Amino acid sequence: MTLEIDHLTVTIGDRAVVDDLSLRLDDGARLGLIGESGSGKSLTTLAVLGLLPRTARVGGSVRLDGRELLGLPERELARVRGAVVGTVFQDPRTALDPVMTVGRQIAEPLRLHGTVTRREARRRAVEAAAEVGLPEPDRIVDRYPHQLSGGQRQRVVIATALITRPAVLLADEPTTALDVTTQAEVLRLFRRLVDDRGASLLFVTHDLAVLAQVAEEAVVLSRGRAVESGPVTRLLHAPEHPVTRGLVAATRATTWRAS
Amino acid sequence: MTEPTGEADAAGAAGAAGRAAGPSPLLSGRGLTRTFRLPRRSPFQPGPVRHALVDADLDVGPGESVALIGESGSGKSTLVRLLLALDRPTDGTVTFDGRPVEPGRAAQLRWFRRQTGVVLQDPYSSLDPRMRVGDTVAEPLRHLHVEGDHRALVAEVLERVGLDAADAERWPHEFSGGQRQRVALARAVVHRPRLRVGDEPMSALDVTVRAQIIELLRELRADLGLSLLLVSHDIGLVQHLADRVAVLRDGRVVEQGATDDVLRRPQHEYTRSLIASVPTID
Repeated sequence: MTLEIDHLTVTIGDRAVVDDLSLRLDDGARLGLIGESGSGKSLTTLAVLGLLPRTARVGGSVRLDGRELLGLPERELARVRGAVVGTVFQDPRTALDPVMTVGRQIAEPLRLHGTVTRREARRRAVEAAAEVGLPEPDRIVDRYPHQLSGGQRQRVVIATALITRPAVLLADEPTTALDVTTQAEVLRLFRRLVDDRGASLLFVTHDLAVLAQVAEEAVVLSRGRAVESGPVTRLLHAPEHPVTRGLVAATRATTWRAS
Repeated sequence: MTEPTGEADAAGAAGAAGRAAGPSPLLSGRGLTRTFRLPRRSPFQPGPVRHALVDADLDVGPGESVALIGESGSGKSTLVRLLLALDRPTDGTVTFDGRPVEPGRAAQLRWFRRQTGVVLQDPYSSLDPRMRVGDTVAEPLRHLHVEGDHRALVAEVLERVGLDAADAERWPHEFSGGQRQRVALARAVVHRPRLRVGDEPMSALDVTVRAQIIELLRELRADLGLSLLLVSHDIGLVQHLADRVAVLRDGRVVEQGATDDVLRRPQHEYTRSLIASVPTID
């Protein structure tokens, strides 16, 4: 399934926070959207999901396999979210309902998007828990979020995003709140899921080093505009736009250099 | 009151291998252990004991930069709390400049607080939104009864960290994330401490801001002769700022040494797996 964003513009007040942005995410692709805070990267994902604040005005086009998403009625958008597009946001502590068992949360999109029996929902939740590498999947589904570690909670969020087998995954800084070893596991999980399932991934981050672990191509955003795009290795080794060059230089000055 | 002098330096130089090289340490922890008694599970037996920290030694030399690394729950925060006399060890001792440091009343610890500057939280949550930035930065001067013109000291330190003296009149919400980091740093060094202790919540910051803060810490170290104790799980930051590293896991220091040795030739299996997990653009 192809996600196409064409000349997307999001205006809040008199400011264009996303300004004439175009990108294309093909089947099985892993695309990064990178920029610093205020660059418009998160608003872009919210625009795709129809979750922008009411005060925002949207122009341009967001299409899934040719079908326009902008302006769809909320009921149809809700079907797209979850069923077609799975999403993982930054903080697993706030994404989960503390009084709902892990299994019920993982299966919730199934109950919202179709009719499944309780037994079937549980079976699928156990299956999804196993797929994201949660230990003892048939027991962990009966636990509550507070009984899990931060990394396990983020896996639950990912399992929830995957349960409906969405064709497109949107991940917005999904590892920023995690320890490095957990981050590495979650990044591996994203790569594997895309490669095994042929889903596509739009991965939003401010961190070039993280981006390099998960995406093949990337779009660099600055003040709502796409300033440069291309293969991640090219962006890292031969950045052209001053914004990209600044990001690469700052990354070299701050992140781990193995050699 | 006897003020410790630097005369012990020569004697300390030959001591404790694997710890601070050179002159005797500024801050020193020996055999630090902290256990917590958990709630009892049976009315007939005492509750189990949790070992948050076991027999940890750590030195920070004058002008030296030392990093504590380890993941959440490794004992980093416990060790820092003990070193700062915010908590009492079950066993072990802390000294600053050779003088014992023990938790106690504020007045008894004032000499120690004057020598240390602390940033222990995310500056988003640690700056009081109802206080002007200048008042927040001046807080240590008031609490520690520092003499002199506080307004002038605040103006000077704000410029030192790359802000304007006039920013003292502004409110926290008017500042960006990077500027708030600078405000937090200004508050930590306004009273001219010899040691700055910081939790570095850097991973959520924009990379250009991260680079600026690292550069600023380097400058402060060089210009003020400040020692640093960095608490971080950001291996990149540690590599760019620390002379020595101690790695904590499950309440124990599993490895410590010169930054390059520990990060590039890790001896402990845990350190190796930690380093292997760090994303890099090489």
